[in-house]
Amino acid sequence: MSRIAAVFAKLSAEGRAALIPFVTAGDPAPAGTVAMLRALVGAGADVVELGVPFSDPMADGPTIQRSSERALAAGMTLAKVLDAVAEYRREDDVTPIVLMGYANPIERMGHPAFAARARAAGVDGVLVVDYPPEECEDWAAAISDAGIDPIFLLSPTSSALRIDGVSRIARGYVYYVSLKGVSGASNIDTSDVEAAIARIRAKTDVPVGVGFGIRDAGTAARIAGFADAVVVGSRLVEEIERSSPDEAPARAGAVLAGFAAAVAAAPRKAPVA
Amino acid sequence: MQMRAPRVEREPAASWDFPDERGHFGPYGGVFVAETLQAALGELKDAYETARRDPAFRAELAYELEHYVGRPSPVYHAKRLSDELGGAQIYLKREDLNHTGAHKVNNTVGQALLARRMGKPRVIAETGAGQHGVATATVAARYGMECVVYMGTEDVARQAQNVYRMKLLGATVVPVSSGSRTLKDALNEAMRDWVTNVSNTFYIIGTVAGPHPYPMMVRDFNAVVGKECVTQMPALAGRQPDVVLACVGGGSNAMGIFHAYIPNAGVRLMGVEAGGLGIETGKHAATLSAGSPGVLHGNRTYLMQDENGQITETHSISAGLDYPGVGPEHAWLKDTGRAEYVSITDDEALAAFHRLCRTEGIIPALESSHAVAQAMKLAPTMAKDRILLVNLSGRGDKDMHTVAKASGLSL
Repeated sequence: MSRIAAVFAKLSAEGRAALIPFVTAGDPAPAGTVAMLRALVGAGADVVELGVPFSDPMADGPTIQRSSERALAAGMTLAKVLDAVAEYRREDDVTPIVLMGYANPIERMGHPAFAARARAAGVDGVLVVDYPPEECEDWAAAISDAGIDPIFLLSPTSSALRIDGVSRIARGYVYYVSLKGVSGASNIDTSDVEAAIARIRAKTDVPVGVGFGIRDAGTAARIAGFADAVVVGSRLVEEIERSSPDEAPARAGAVLAGFAAAVAAAPRKAPVA
Repeated sequence: MQMRAPRVEREPAASWDFPDERGHFGPYGGVFVAETLQAALGELKDAYETARRDPAFRAELAYELEHYVGRPSPVYHAKRLSDELGGAQIYLKREDLNHTGAHKVNNTVGQALLARRMGKPRVIAETGAGQHGVATATVAARYGMECVVYMGTEDVARQAQNVYRMKLLGATVVPVSSGSRTLKDALNEAMRDWVTNVSNTFYIIGTVAGPHPYPMMVRDFNAVVGKECVTQMPALAGRQPDVVLACVGGGSNAMGIFHAYIPNAGVRLMGVEAGGLGIETGKHAATLSAGSPGVLHGNRTYLMQDENGQITETHSISAGLDYPGVGPEHAWLKDTGRAEYVSITDDEALAAFHRLCRTEGIIPALESSHAVAQAMKLAPTMAKDRILLVNLSGRGDKDMHTVAKASGLSL
């Protein structure tokens, strides 16, 4: 069983949703990435999404754009992200790590080379924001063959046809983007999200996580009541932006701990997939 | 009277039936965007497919192009320039005479009419030199739509006059200070606006890049340029040209004039990229000449990128060519060998700019000056009965400050 499947199975038995923090690898400094992973897992992360910085993050709002710029200015690269994962794996062989980023840095490395290096590093899933399912059959096959889950997005505007398509090939979990807009925007309507999750669940057995626009513990707890996972990104990245490089892991961890307590205490309305 | 060589038309090339249903030009193009934009692009694709087949839409577009834009634009024989160079005859397709001063309005009229059909009251655009922004602000005023234009802060400084024009036309200009603060960053920001406001907003992309259907749709709206030439050249010059030249940034004016000529294998197609300070300096925007394939802005195409797949900053004296990508159809035209791509430096473009001013009384845009410069290089190497057709895609009024500065003057 993959690390991702194992975590969702364990949480299902416990009756709790997964908490998934997102941070950009290399923000504020490449050397701090392992310390950041350690702090997030210590604060209650069940899975970690590690952003691979890109010069043109078209689907991200200003907070994550700036984190990408900081990481790139500090010299972060895809190869160094993989090195950081490999280093962290020496101390934690349980917590799934999912890379999230854009197609071009991965294409530059090449699909086969990336798949081999990501597998060796201990990466569990990859979400390429600008790879919709119909453009990336080769990619999905290449990383699946390496034992890595290709993770896909669904959104409030996804048609029934697209939900079907993603459900057919989704592995690991499906990432439901909870609002129309870019990452970091605010004010999601949790009842709309709940209805959408139900529609997706009808099509797939893969767990469904919810992200974009979850900025406070109360919203996270409401989402945790019906989703399989709650992704918290921009709120953590804001905290990192406000911190010195040395303090960043501890301060991000402290913010995440607040979300973790809320998610753990959230009453569950629906069975976990 | 110029002697004309008898001409044997070669067999037409295999038909150029691109893109495919999902927007692919060979391995290029496609729809590489996040799930959040898929529905909007699907809606746009369906609306465009319906509109392009609708005689009422076509008639409305034709009316606007004739009476508002001023089409057809003339083809002009630059005889004094040709005589001075002593070789092939240079003809200019005068897109600079269009309303708003460039080819860009052909596309913005088409997309604005489509936006109106789709019931979208708000249009947004990205702009580099400001020509597409002006063309979008113009049609938004014409059709009574709200208009927001995204423009890199670097370009806002370089093109202050166009910023003011857009404001006069009622548009809101939003300076973009992320990334390299140029066209690519303005495009990122416009995409973010679109994904956030998709229910009431139509995104008017200004070049043949972006996700499907944009590369096809922007090409189709600009293809009127080449279609007119196919009719005009035999009437004026007695036959079709030997070479068609156009500058290439994103590549919309080049696709516009190339498209009708692609099946005619006897016509060489030559795209002219911005060589900046010289390819060897790394400070240029010659994506097809010096870049490599990758994924940016919703499509697979040639890009300027570093060894880690990060998009690199480009340089050109002309803001309109300062873009690290290029339309996917150009990438495929290059790989198939149907078109060839060369580069012209800032200095060569400036020299061509001045020469056209003085020999023909035409002030070209710095973008178009790149194509003129390549024609000036080529003409002396060819016989006097050969014909070069240059897309003079825009006029140079917007470039007065840049040219004066390059000459050590301040206005």
